[in-house]
Amino acid sequence: MTRTEFWQGNIACAEGALAAGCRFFGGYPITPSTEVAEHMAVKLPKKNGVFIQMEDEIASIAAVIGASWTGARAMTATSGPGFSLMMENIGYAAMTETPCVIVNVQRGGPSTGQPTMGAQGDMMQCRFGSHGDYSIIALCPASVQEMYELTARAFNLADQYRVPVFLMADEIIGHMREKILVPDSVPLQQRKALVKGTLPFKPGADMIPGFPQFGKGYGVHVTGLTHDERGYPCATNPKLHETLVHRLVDKVEIARDQIADYDVINPDAEQVFIAYGAPVRTVQQLLHDRADEKIGFLRIRTVWPFPEKSLRAFKNAKRFLVPELNLGQIAREIERHTNVPVQSLPKLGGDLHTPQELREALEAGQ
Amino acid sequence: MSYEDWFRKDRLPHIFCAGCGNGTIINCTLAAIEQMDWKKDDTVFVSGIGCSSRASGYIITDSLHTTHGRAIAFATGVKMANPNLNVVVFTGDGDLAAIGGNHFIHACRRNIDITVVCMNNQIYGMTGGQGSPTTPKGCLSSTTPYGCVESPFDLSELAIAAGANYVSRWTSYHVKELEKAIKTGFETPGFSFIEALVQCPTAFGRRNKFKQVSDQIEYMKAHSLLKAKYDRLVESGEPVPTDMFIVGELAHRKRPVMGAKP
Repeated sequence: MTRTEFWQGNIACAEGALAAGCRFFGGYPITPSTEVAEHMAVKLPKKNGVFIQMEDEIASIAAVIGASWTGARAMTATSGPGFSLMMENIGYAAMTETPCVIVNVQRGGPSTGQPTMGAQGDMMQCRFGSHGDYSIIALCPASVQEMYELTARAFNLADQYRVPVFLMADEIIGHMREKILVPDSVPLQQRKALVKGTLPFKPGADMIPGFPQFGKGYGVHVTGLTHDERGYPCATNPKLHETLVHRLVDKVEIARDQIADYDVINPDAEQVFIAYGAPVRTVQQLLHDRADEKIGFLRIRTVWPFPEKSLRAFKNAKRFLVPELNLGQIAREIERHTNVPVQSLPKLGGDLHTPQELREALEAGQ
Repeated sequence: MSYEDWFRKDRLPHIFCAGCGNGTIINCTLAAIEQMDWKKDDTVFVSGIGCSSRASGYIITDSLHTTHGRAIAFATGVKMANPNLNVVVFTGDGDLAAIGGNHFIHACRRNIDITVVCMNNQIYGMTGGQGSPTTPKGCLSSTTPYGCVESPFDLSELAIAAGANYVSRWTSYHVKELEKAIKTGFETPGFSFIEALVQCPTAFGRRNKFKQVSDQIEYMKAHSLLKAKYDRLVESGEPVPTDMFIVGELAHRKRPVMGAKP
C-alpha cells in the first residue's frame, strides 16, 4: 500500500534515504539543502541511526566515509560552497571505493552566489571536481517523487558499484512542495561482502571488489595512496597505478547501460528537447500545451555516466535543444556523442525557463 | 599475546628514517593496547597524512589512512557509526594543528570517545622539513631559513581548553611514562589526547644543531619539566624556567562524552 503525502523535495530526499536504510548522516547547514539535515536530525535517532552536525563540509564527508567503512549506509547533503569543500574527500571515496551518497541541492554560483535560487551549475564539478581520473554516478530528480525514489536508488548504486553517488538536485525541486506517493518499501541492493581469505582490493569479473567491513576481522588497510590488491601503498609503480585508475573509471563506465534511467517521448520527432532536473518541468509543460505537435523529449535521470545510447532513440532528430540552468554544461557532453546539431538553451539567475522561451527557441530554428 | 603480533610484518621495511622517533611511539601505543587486552577485530586505527600517519599501515587491524588533516573527522564517523570499536588516531603536528586544527578542537569539544596520539616532531618531515605550527621560535626549517618568527601552538593546552577529557604530554625519551599515559587515555571515556614529542633527525635535527639522534633525545630529557614539579614552582612563587616544556598528565576529567561503548 502506498500512501499519499504532500512533501517538500528536501523532506522527500531525507525520507527516501531513511527508506533505503540510511543510518548515518553527517552534515553542515547550508541553504538550500538544510531541510534534509534537519529532517534527518529528527528521524535518525528514532531509528537507531546517527545524526551528527560536523564543523564543516570537509568533516561531514569525512565522517560519512568513516561511517560507511563500518557498514552503515551513510549520506550528507550540501550545496555549492559546501560541495566545493568536499571535493578532496570525494576523490578519497572514489580511490578507496567507499559507498556514500552526496546530495547537492544546487544554487547559483560561483562562490556564495545565489543561496536561495536554483541552478545546475555543479554538473561538471560532480563529475570532475576532485583531482585525478575517476568515475562517479549522478542522478537528477525533477519532482518531489523523484527526490524520494532517486535518493533511495542512490544508496543501491553506491553499494553495488562502490562509488560516491550524487543526487544532483536543485533549489527549485528541493524547495518545491507537491504530491508524492510513498511506497511501503523501496528496492534494496546491499554491497557485497568480501569473501574471507581473498585480497581486499582484488576485483571480481564485474571489476568491483567485495567490501571488507571494519570490525569484522578482515584487517584491511584502506589508503588514498595508490595501492595494490592487498590495499598496501604502492605509489611509484606506473603500471599498477594505471591499472587501478582504469578500473576505478571502467567499473562505472562499462555499466552505463545498466545504470541509465531515462524516458524517450515522441521518438520520431525531428526537434528533440533533452533535459534533466528542474528544466524537465518546463519541457513537460510545453509538450502538454502542444501535444498535437509531437515534440521529441529525452528526459534524463542519470546524467553521469551519461546515457549516450539514449540519443540514438531519436532516429529522425534534426536538432537537440538542451535547456539547462547553467551555461551549457551537459549540452557540450551531448555534442560529444552525436552528429545531430545541439542547441544549448542556457539560463542563469534562478528562474526556470518559461514555456514561452522554449517555444520561441523551438520555432526559431524551424 | 605480544604487541609485536600486531605489526603487519609483510609491509616491512617501513619508510621511517634511521633515528626517527615515530617507531618508539608506535611501540608504546601497541604496548598499551597489549595491556588493555583489546582484540584486533575490535580496533581501528585512523590517520591523516605525514610520516606519523603512515603508522596505521604497519598495524594488522582495520585501518583508514585518510586525507591530510582529516583523520579525526573520519574517526568521528567510524566511532559514531559503531561505538563498539576502539578507535585510535595517529597524527602529527602539521596534520593535527595546521590543516586539521578545526577538526581537532571540535572533537575535543564533543569529547568523542577516541584516543589521539600525536607525534610532534615540530616540522613537516615527509615533505622535507618545512616549518609547522609547533616549530619553536628561532628554529630553522626549509621555509623558516632565517629562524621561525611565528609563535608555536601548545597542542596539549589547546586540547585542554577545547574540552578533552584526558591530556598527557611526554617525549620519545619517556617510553614507560608514555605507554602508561596512552593506556590511561584508552581507559578514560571521551577524547584522549597524548602528545609525544619526537626527534626528526633528518628534517629537524640536522638543521638545528642536533648532530646526533641522541642529542635531541637528551635535549628533550633535559628540557622537560614534570607537571608536579611545575605546580610546586608555581605554588612556591619560584620562577619557572622559560626554556622547558611541561610533561606529565595535564588533564584528567569527566566531561560528558559522545560515542562511548554502549
